[in-house]
Amino acid sequence: MTQSADALPEQDAPLPRFPMRRTCPFSEPREYAGMRANEPVSRAALKVNGKPAWLVTRHEDVRQVLGDSRVSSNLKLPGYPHQFHIPEEMLAQVRLMMLNMDPPEHTAQRRMLIPEFTARRVKELRPRIQQIVDEHVDAMLAKGGPVDLVTALALPVPSLVICELLGVPYEDHAQFEEWSAAMMNHDLSPAEYGAAVQALDTYLDKLVTLKENEPGDDLISRFLEKNRTEQVADHVDVVTMARLMLVGGHETTANMIALGVLALLQHPEQMAALRDDPALLPNAIEELLRVFSISDSGTARVAVADIEVGGVTIRAGEGILALNNAANHDESVFPDPGTLDIRRKEARSHLAFGYGIHQCIGANLARVELETVYGTLLRRVPGLRLAAEPEELRFKDDAMVYGVYELPVTW
Amino acid sequence: MRVTADRDRCVGSGQCAMLSPEVFDQDDDGLVLVLREVPAADLAEEVHQAADLCPAQSIRVDD
Repeated sequence: MTQSADALPEQDAPLPRFPMRRTCPFSEPREYAGMRANEPVSRAALKVNGKPAWLVTRHEDVRQVLGDSRVSSNLKLPGYPHQFHIPEEMLAQVRLMMLNMDPPEHTAQRRMLIPEFTARRVKELRPRIQQIVDEHVDAMLAKGGPVDLVTALALPVPSLVICELLGVPYEDHAQFEEWSAAMMNHDLSPAEYGAAVQALDTYLDKLVTLKENEPGDDLISRFLEKNRTEQVADHVDVVTMARLMLVGGHETTANMIALGVLALLQHPEQMAALRDDPALLPNAIEELLRVFSISDSGTARVAVADIEVGGVTIRAGEGILALNNAANHDESVFPDPGTLDIRRKEARSHLAFGYGIHQCIGANLARVELETVYGTLLRRVPGLRLAAEPEELRFKDDAMVYGVYELPVTW
Repeated sequence: MRVTADRDRCVGSGQCAMLSPEVFDQDDDGLVLVLREVPAADLAEEVHQAADLCPAQSIRVDD
């Protein structure tokens, strides 16, 4: 059977609204399991504007959508499922970030950046990442508990790492962390969102200009150097690229660090197993990425031709949310998906970094950061425990990227 | 088992090089290099996993 959004008869029940909330930090929104079982490709109304979009929930279908060249990531196309309210006139002026570009523009910019994130390059960053983690753990231990793990470790580590990689002075971190957190908030008004983007762009504009004149040993300078021959990007594109790398590089990893530590503290037998056998850590990280799938709806697309997904025809111009949190709880791929199991053999099949040409370019860097932070805490702070009741923790239910605001710990 | 990779499709995720470093590498541009087109049979599992997890579906394994 095939059906399309505009061919559907008027239904009595209103469409479910998207995004849907997680009822517990360790599980997907309650509605997803039913959708996977009964209507794996189904329509919802976007909370932000009431417009319909398709929700894709099965692992196989999410992979298909994200690997299909007949879907676009361009947020300027009509039908793109926006999750922020962006006024038309603002949208017209938006410079596309790489994650909203399609080939060939996307391919050209991504290829300029790939060498920065290869398995080898990331491996070379390991000693410096370990040093940064050790310095922050030293400071934590010297100060004594309880401390908020988010401000003591989870945020500063990825923030410093991405700053050094990009060549952004870390002294300015408080400023851009505030702007970047604002940009992730679903509830901001367009004016507030615009102001945060504008403030960060003004900052990065000066920085890029500085590097155009005085190149350093950093990603932005190397990008500018390569761009002299490749001519892929203009000045504004470079600023936009730097913003994407800066925001994408620390907000996500920071949230995963804190959530992962919380998950391990809540599963003490698995935490003990990891402490006894650090070789389990890489797989444990894949499992934590799967369970939390913190960027569930980051994979928004719009069909540019009619495509068939899971027996449903999605028409050109219709919006699609390929939900990686739903895919990562697909029972046909991950048996007993609601259970955290650091030894789960298929954990690596998760789609938490997305899939297809837009898969997170920093995935391997994030993995090394997570491995270093978790590994160091297990080794150096064996008595680590929560310093708050789990029910008191506040989670980022309304943000584009899921996380926990504070994680009080002691030891 | 014969392994081929389509470098035009490659998006440089590096998963293959991490999962099966004896068979895959990334060149200076970060794109996939097949180091062993006919890998030893005991590498079959990791090679198939690398092909399955490649986000660009640029790895082909013919058994």
